[in-house]
Amino acid sequence: METDWIWGLVGGALIGTGGVIYLLGNGRIMGASGILGGIVDGTGRSTMVERIVFVLAVILTPLLLMPLYAVEISTHITPNLAVVTAAGLLVGTGTRIANGCTSGHGVCGISRLSLRGIVATVFYILAGGITLVLFRHILGVI
Amino acid sequence: MRIVIALLAGAFFGAGLFVSGMTDTTKVQGWLDVFGNWDPTLAFVMGGAIIPMFIAWRLIPNRKPLAGGDFPSLPRPELDHRLIVGSILFGIGWGLAGLCPGPAMASLSYGGTSGIVFLVAMIVGMGAAPQLGVKLDRLAGTA
Repeated sequence: METDWIWGLVGGALIGTGGVIYLLGNGRIMGASGILGGIVDGTGRSTMVERIVFVLAVILTPLLLMPLYAVEISTHITPNLAVVTAAGLLVGTGTRIANGCTSGHGVCGISRLSLRGIVATVFYILAGGITLVLFRHILGVI
Repeated sequence: MRIVIALLAGAFFGAGLFVSGMTDTTKVQGWLDVFGNWDPTLAFVMGGAIIPMFIAWRLIPNRKPLAGGDFPSLPRPELDHRLIVGSILFGIGWGLAGLCPGPAMASLSYGGTSGIVFLVAMIVGMGAAPQLGVKLDRLAGTA
């Protein structure tokens, strides 16, 4: 759709504002994988409640906004559960080993001009692009 | 205080992921698919998110977070094997499904079975990561 980039920019600004609130308020980097991962592996024990509240807010806010949309919102995620499982395992493992994902390394890292954030982003975008080309256009799996 | 801030930040983050279209895997995979019908939306989302954060990083020197404590120090600009290998693994998974951790959470209520399976697998992966990270260190000869 032609207006998609405007909504992208608006949504991006909202994401960035969330990051600003988290940074200036709690003094923490708003990274989705770090906040969730700290709950999963117990490294975030001292900040457990605020992590859980953050995750719940991320899950529930779209549910509140949903009725404002006339069209049905879909993730269009593949029904192939083998692909979904492999992808989930890779995303969970990879983001925790790299210590960040699109929000932590991407949004928060790049905006800080952090070399690690910029390099991580280059690598996951390259890996994602190559994977997509390989699995979609060459193997025809996704 | 910390909890209210986390609630607000999470609400903005979730709302932003939702309205930007980043929970739609066709938009994310469309951005990665330079040989297909390329979709530039993700670049606008990243741009829109980086601008306010760029300003915030400029504000923090000589200040303290509202809820107390200290701002995170800049990590050493070290490009170790964990950063590179982890990011590549993440990228492969991201390309395969079109979901990263934020959108995987934000779309939980409307992502169906696949969305739930992805989130569960991601959590399992996160649980396994500390041990796999140590194995990776050993492979890289730095353990």
